[in-house]
Amino acid sequence: MNKLDAKIPKGPLAEKWSNYKNHQKLVNPANKRRLDIIVVGTGLAGASAAASLGEMGFKVHNFCIQDSPRRAHSIAAQGGINAAKNYPNDGDSVYRLFYDTIKGGDYRAREANVYRLAEVSNSIIDQCVAQGVPFAREYGGLLDNRSFGGAQVSRTFYARGQTGQQLLLGAYSALSRAIQKKQVQLYTRYEMVELVIIEGRARGIIARNLVTGKLERFAAHAVVIATGGYGNTFFLSTNAMSSNGSAAWQCYKKGAYFANPCMAQIHPTCIPVHGEYQSKLTLMSESLRNDGRIWVPKKLEDAKAIREGKLKPTDIKEEDRDYYLERRYPAFGNLVPRDVASRAAKERCDAGYGVGNTGLAVYLDFAEAIERLGRDVVEARYGNLFQMYEKIVDDNPYETPMMIYPAIHYTMGGIWVDYELMTTIPGLFAIGEANFSDHGANRLGASALMQGLADGYFVLPYTIQNYLADQINVPRFQTDAPEFAQAEKEINDRIERLMNIKGKHSVDHIHRELGHIMWDFVGMGRDAEGLKKAIEKLKELKKDFWTNLRIPGNKETLNVELEKALRLADFIEIGELMAHDALDREESCGGHFRLEHQTPEGEALRHDDQYAYVSCWEYQGEDKDPVMHKEPLEYEFVERQQRNYKS
Amino acid sequence: MSWLIDSSIGRKFVQSISGLFMVLFLLFHMSMNLVLIFSYDAYNFLANEVLGANWWAIIGTGVIALGFVIHIIYAIILTLQNRKARGKDRYASPSKTATTWSSQNMFVLGVFILLFLILHLYQMWYNMQFKELFMIEGARHDGAQLVEEVFSHLWVVIVYVIAFIALWFHLTHGFWSALHTIGWNNTIWIKRIKVLSNIVATVICLGFMVVAIAVHLGYSNLLG
Amino acid sequence: MDKDINIKVKVWRQNGPKDKGHFETYSLEKISQGSSFLEMLDILNEQLINEGKEPVVFDHDCREGICGMCSLYINGHPHGPDTGITTCQLHMRHFNDGDTITVEPWRSAGFPIIKDLMVDRSAFDKIIQAGGYISVNTGGVPDANAIPIPREDAEMAMDAAACIGCGACVAACKNGSAMLFVSAKVSQFALLPQGRVEAARRAKSMVAKMDELGFGNCTNTGACEVECPKNISITNIARLNREFLKAKLRD
Repeated sequence: MNKLDAKIPKGPLAEKWSNYKNHQKLVNPANKRRLDIIVVGTGLAGASAAASLGEMGFKVHNFCIQDSPRRAHSIAAQGGINAAKNYPNDGDSVYRLFYDTIKGGDYRAREANVYRLAEVSNSIIDQCVAQGVPFAREYGGLLDNRSFGGAQVSRTFYARGQTGQQLLLGAYSALSRAIQKKQVQLYTRYEMVELVIIEGRARGIIARNLVTGKLERFAAHAVVIATGGYGNTFFLSTNAMSSNGSAAWQCYKKGAYFANPCMAQIHPTCIPVHGEYQSKLTLMSESLRNDGRIWVPKKLEDAKAIREGKLKPTDIKEEDRDYYLERRYPAFGNLVPRDVASRAAKERCDAGYGVGNTGLAVYLDFAEAIERLGRDVVEARYGNLFQMYEKIVDDNPYETPMMIYPAIHYTMGGIWVDYELMTTIPGLFAIGEANFSDHGANRLGASALMQGLADGYFVLPYTIQNYLADQINVPRFQTDAPEFAQAEKEINDRIERLMNIKGKHSVDHIHRELGHIMWDFVGMGRDAEGLKKAIEKLKELKKDFWTNLRIPGNKETLNVELEKALRLADFIEIGELMAHDALDREESCGGHFRLEHQTPEGEALRHDDQYAYVSCWEYQGEDKDPVMHKEPLEYEFVERQQRNYKS
Repeated sequence: MSWLIDSSIGRKFVQSISGLFMVLFLLFHMSMNLVLIFSYDAYNFLANEVLGANWWAIIGTGVIALGFVIHIIYAIILTLQNRKARGKDRYASPSKTATTWSSQNMFVLGVFILLFLILHLYQMWYNMQFKELFMIEGARHDGAQLVEEVFSHLWVVIVYVIAFIALWFHLTHGFWSALHTIGWNNTIWIKRIKVLSNIVATVICLGFMVVAIAVHLGYSNLLG
Repeated sequence: MDKDINIKVKVWRQNGPKDKGHFETYSLEKISQGSSFLEMLDILNEQLINEGKEPVVFDHDCREGICGMCSLYINGHPHGPDTGITTCQLHMRHFNDGDTITVEPWRSAGFPIIKDLMVDRSAFDKIIQAGGYISVNTGGVPDANAIPIPREDAEMAMDAAACIGCGACVAACKNGSAMLFVSAKVSQFALLPQGRVEAARRAKSMVAKMDELGFGNCTNTGACEVECPKNISITNIARLNREFLKAKLRD
């Protein structure tokens, strides 16, 4: 059990991080040059970590699967980034940001981690402005803020609807500078396929060069995983096509614990599914909920007529509209947290009030906002989002309400890490969405960017030194060690096996199947019976995958189908673990909603007495059930309450 | 100063400055031509006494010639480099990008104008200034009359008018493009400069055309 | 309303950088006009895999028009016939029943082909590495509100910063010039006080790298601006020219 020591520093909450920094071990400049660090991923967390570590003097090897670090999926984040600057003078503070994040996460995150996140949030904004990130400004020249779901203050900094893009380009520019200065070596179109462990410590990776198809070995004193989340387990999600959980899964299979896998966030405002060949779902920024009002028809017959195309939304009279979020949650209205908004939409659609030709959509209406603010203001705030919507759906949202529906967006679960962001494997770190640490059971809007950059710029560059300080006498590794050969052989065998199935189904065909199982049984509303069924179905699907898959071409060349197959093999197993975890957690919290555990009003019902812990899963081997360890979540500073967004 | 050769913007800068210089020359040339409409004597006075074989005219001619040569050499270099930058393989489907025709065909227009220029220099400048400078027999001091003779042939007028049209296309893009390249542009000025470019091109080409046609039709030397 | 259409796609196939390459034409039936262009290619690939053939390789990732990974020269337009979007945002409702759609890779000396429709755009990264940043280390920076920046400047910087680095500007340019891309980055920083400090150095080194990598000379045809999915203005090119010339004349 001592593997699960979270290493939280002693002392009052507000002093823990300072205390840690004051007493941690550091590496002197001469020694930094002799230490290599592998960073896998170039999103907000990966790029900021690689740049910062490079600037400090470490020798960094940075990998990305796209053709450029700038393509990482952090780029798609639209709404904004939170910080406790209190520039609008509305009473914000580090404590409030901490408290909102803890509460938003349904009391399933670590207090110390979240407090640290809130603490460094302000430095992130300073850093980004210094890098030339063009945040929105007031006429006086100072930074503007907007409000976001789950908060009662305006603390979100934004750059139009492209905040993620601008922050990532900021980190990318810092990374580019470090590459120019030869502090970072960049590898593009490389995918990590195996973790290499020598004498119990992470010492390198095997990566596949996606252009040549060759397997290559890389050694380092520490390995940092910054590969994002595993939302694509659901096939349809807001994630990018190449987003995957494989790097994290390789770590899990090598002994890193996987924490809270069932906690996946469903984003309430996505463009609804249009057809069978849909490849991904497009997110509409949550910021739309600032001014848009969500509704469905009050009468079942109106909803039916709309579905059949006999009525248009604008035909429904004001008194026949059900603004169900405003009705159910008067205090927060349309700005309730994501999980609450998503479930409410599902509840209405399941009850037969859904709109759109599938009945799986609700309206997000700007008519009132346009009347109140004028079309110009609405256009200035959301113009690019409206344009995006119109291009996809061919409907003009200025005139007719948008249609939205929830979709898988973010995974709060991930590799278990301690306060230092180190996994249960010494020398292996996980940052950003890839780890589990800061969002508990539900992530608030504009917090993912904050966490990714906090980890990469301001946390990992410190905490990794506490580990590396003990490694200064370890010489650079040669990649001809037997452990490397073994790891390479393992992945090579796996690739051989995949290539030799020679079945009849494409990767996407099976992946789509996986998505259906996940969405139906491990989606927004879960119950024990469905989860057990999911586990059975996933076993069958796994078998189907390993007998019926077809990959054209050969392995030592650019082979996109092979890349996808390697990822899908892992997704199926991740799906299984998610189902196991969801089955074990007999409560509802945040993104995890068990139908058996709800209040009479249909709200999530936590069981703090039994489930106030992090579920940490340990791999036991092929076809063996994983074992769960518990990291208890002791709340010293905050009193747990049932979340209440009603009053 | 090697950046004027080594860097793309440097090369473009040279091309712009030489082009703008030529626009100034064309404006001057066109203004002088207009004199033909009013008085041959005045024109000949200007041609012989003000310009003629004076040292300043010789230097002026040299500078103009240098401007032309630089503009042409740079055009060739830029075009060759750009063809190389485009890559060996071409698109199979023709481009449907909406751009102005002249912007895509500056080099072709330039070559056409150059061919015309050779004819023009042979017909006019060779007989007026060149022969005088190099003491070749038959130098003409009655330039106005020479112009009248040349333009008495209909085919010459037609060739000149076509060349002026080509010049118009070349200038409509060239003028604003040159200003853009030397950095004089922003979201407001881009529209103004494009309008200005059309005005300058039209004034120059219309002026040349009017003189050629007027002389051909006998509407010249109106004030005697 | 969207309906189903039957189409032919004429796709460039090239097995590797050294392969000669050729077009192949495929027929597709019952494609929903509501599906995206890349979903249509997904369907084509599914069809090819089921026939035991190798699928068409093309770059794509976020499929929401922001990562800049997708490319494709479709019927004479980078990113296809619609304006202000990337290929992944292009929908089949822009095509009609019976159409033959020609799909080609970006063609430019600066973007060599890797396979089929996939090209190597690492030249863009190299240009950014040459100076597309403000030289600050992590930590030790002033408060975010320490320097007020006129809203108009911030907005213009944001307009330029919206570039996604997809390379459509180069693909559209008859000169294979990367000026729009470079000027967008130079402009973003030139407009902000933080970026002014090393503005001269940045303009010079980025242009030098762009020239070194074999991109062409800009002749202001404006094709880049027309095809840019993010509507980056060519006035940024004028700003880059200004920054560069100022820097050189001051030397």
